[in-house]
Amino acid sequence: MAAHVDTVEQVRTVADQKYKYGFVTDIEADTAPKGLSEDIVRFISQKKNEPEWLLEWRLKAYRHWLTMPEPEWAHVAFPPLDYQDAYYYSAPKSKTDGPKSLDEVDPELLKTYEKLGIPLKEQEMLAGVAVDAVFDSVSVATTFKGKLEEQGIIFCPISEAVQNHPELVRKYLGSVVPAADNKHACLNSAVFTDGSFVYIPKGVRCPMELSTYFRINAANTGQFERTLIIADAGSHVSYLEGCTAPMRDENQLHAAVVELVALDDAEIKYSTVQNWYPGDENGVGGIYNFVTKRGACRGRNSKISWTQVETGSAITWKYPSCILQGDNSVGEFYSVAITNNMQQADTGTKMIHLGKNTRSRIVSKGISAGRSQQTYRGLVKVSTKASGARNHTQCDSLLIGDRCGAHTVPYIESRNRSAIVEHEATTSKISEDQLFYCRQRGISQEDAVALVVNGFCREVLQQLPMEFAVEAQKLVGISLEGSVG
Amino acid sequence: MLEIKNLHATVGGKGILKGLDLKVGAGEVHAIMGPNGSGKSTLSYVLSGRDGYDVTEGEVLYQGKNLLDMEPEARAGAGVFLAFQYPVEIPGVPNTTFLREAVNAVRKFRGEPTLDPMAFLKLLRIKIKELGITDDLIKRAVNVGFSGGEKKRNEILQMALLDPALAILDETDSGLDIDALKTVADGVNALRAPDRSVLVITHYQRLLDYIVPDHVHVLAHGRIVRSGGKELAQELEKTGYAAFTGQAA
Ligand SMILES: Nc1ncnc2c1ncn2[C@@H]1O[C@H](COP(=O)(O)OP(=O)(O)OP(=O)(O)O)[C@@H](O)[C@H]1O
Ligand SMILES: [Mg+2]
Repeated sequence: MAAHVDTVEQVRTVADQKYKYGFVTDIEADTAPKGLSEDIVRFISQKKNEPEWLLEWRLKAYRHWLTMPEPEWAHVAFPPLDYQDAYYYSAPKSKTDGPKSLDEVDPELLKTYEKLGIPLKEQEMLAGVAVDAVFDSVSVATTFKGKLEEQGIIFCPISEAVQNHPELVRKYLGSVVPAADNKHACLNSAVFTDGSFVYIPKGVRCPMELSTYFRINAANTGQFERTLIIADAGSHVSYLEGCTAPMRDENQLHAAVVELVALDDAEIKYSTVQNWYPGDENGVGGIYNFVTKRGACRGRNSKISWTQVETGSAITWKYPSCILQGDNSVGEFYSVAITNNMQQADTGTKMIHLGKNTRSRIVSKGISAGRSQQTYRGLVKVSTKASGARNHTQCDSLLIGDRCGAHTVPYIESRNRSAIVEHEATTSKISEDQLFYCRQRGISQEDAVALVVNGFCREVLQQLPMEFAVEAQKLVGISLEGSVG
Repeated sequence: MLEIKNLHATVGGKGILKGLDLKVGAGEVHAIMGPNGSGKSTLSYVLSGRDGYDVTEGEVLYQGKNLLDMEPEARAGAGVFLAFQYPVEIPGVPNTTFLREAVNAVRKFRGEPTLDPMAFLKLLRIKIKELGITDDLIKRAVNVGFSGGEKKRNEILQMALLDPALAILDETDSGLDIDALKTVADGVNALRAPDRSVLVITHYQRLLDYIVPDHVHVLAHGRIVRSGGKELAQELEKTGYAAFTGQAA
């Protein structure tokens, strides 16, 4: 506790001095005290050695956040968040704090790694085992980095980008998700601590999935992540966020922001596998995952494609969206959401058609089991200028058991007569016939559920990068364990 | 192999099987015939352990074990195979994947090592060639959009792959063209062995020209009302079931 008291002192000093003399530079504390205030925002900014404009941006967000109501329209229920009862800054834990070997890691976690077929080395890394510096993945990561740099690709923590590429960050940060967009995004803007930054130069096709590298860093994903990806004209990138391995975190609230910008003829494919701790069977514990993800197809013929597999978190609140500004631009949303036990998910997308001949496609597969509740919420908006716009939405829900719920809430606003907007939705129960057919062939009840559900999600899972699709398929089965019989 | 004693079963609270006795020896082929709704499929579901088919009385011994105590997948693992009267579609699941999962699941029950995708594909290629099944059919989703005959062939393919000790064929001949009928019969005949038994449920004598049964039984009103040799099937073809249904009513 002493450390925290010290830090309080420290922060107070920082704040006081700010008013008189500007920032002091030397702050040694690793954790800011509990609670949220302007001082904390300043503390974070100073810790990150940020330029004045970014501090101002954060403070503006913070002040606005104070005035914003909680979003209440989502079909999720939880006690009010106590923002003062959380920490907003802690330095990355040093390796020596982690478990010394896999023997010290939660056996449940290891079981799941096993089922997912994750190699031992990687298991150690994901579980935060202290590994020495010559560990393979480190050098692998460095090799990748070199390869990317050759092509002028910037791929680094956003805090590093703030230092090394301030002009890019300043130009694009908040340009897709304004700080005041919604309460969670606003909080993120005020207190984000890290995340990824990607810039793909004109005409460059990123030579690898930005995934292997990311997975290596996945163990350190934070509570208020901020990701910014910019694909310059004619470039192409596929980015993979998250991890099929279960992720535990003491922080209950996760409010990430992801912004994508695609310029003329550029293409961004963003895939997510979200497997944060969902809480136990009774809904105790578990992450609140309140994410704002949005992509702007700024250029002509640009394309942004979101693929998500959401199986974790106690509450998921997430609507990866596309703003189709450029003529002929394309937005896609492929989603699998699985809720089991007491999980709640309200997820979907927004496709905003602004440019001419813009097209969007939505494929959403929701699977609810246990006593979980799931909502697909989707908005398709066509502005007056978006002549020739087209959207097709396919939204299927699968229910396992009779204590769960699935809800579909499509909003369609079309202001252009030439636009074609199509919406198809189905809701069905997992078929006893199918399960029995599998079992008659020797396939266990649990494997049968996994097989049938994977079939149901196939269209979406196919969108994932190959090496990830296999793990995602296994994850589908693991998430539904115990849901039948 | 199989011994059914005084089996009573209900479906949705309704009594369907009412004291059925049947003994199938190792290496034997038995045919079960009977009017629509007499309980033939019910019998096949009871034997394979489908939920909702409740046994209220009697017992079933399979290879000396109490079959009714076993989970459906364990029965399959122990060699009980049911070719469904109405094969089930599983959208999005490639037939190959399904077949491989099934084969490996059953191999696990038998204590055999599982096959990797390449080894399995090799086995699959041999079997589909024997059964005249096209490549296209194993790539598509399980039974989805298959014609009636294709579905039945797919059942026989599964039987051939899983190599069961007791195969129950529920009207596998219905809806088949003559060539397919022969293929199905060949598939079954290839399986005939001293340690294997087959229960053929059918409405038509024709199939029994190809799969010659050792015994023929008539199932009516939930019981075996008559048993005989293969000539019984011919007799039924001429006289129909009127005699039995009247008698048992
Ligand atoms: N789920 C169910 N609920 C109520 N009745 C059922 C159910 N399933 C079967 N039955 C009834 O049980 C009886 C026996 O059906 P079963 O399918 O076993 O007949 P079958 O001998 O196989 O007939 P077919 O020759 O037409 O295939 C029928 O009267 C049928 O309507
Ligand atoms: Mg029948």
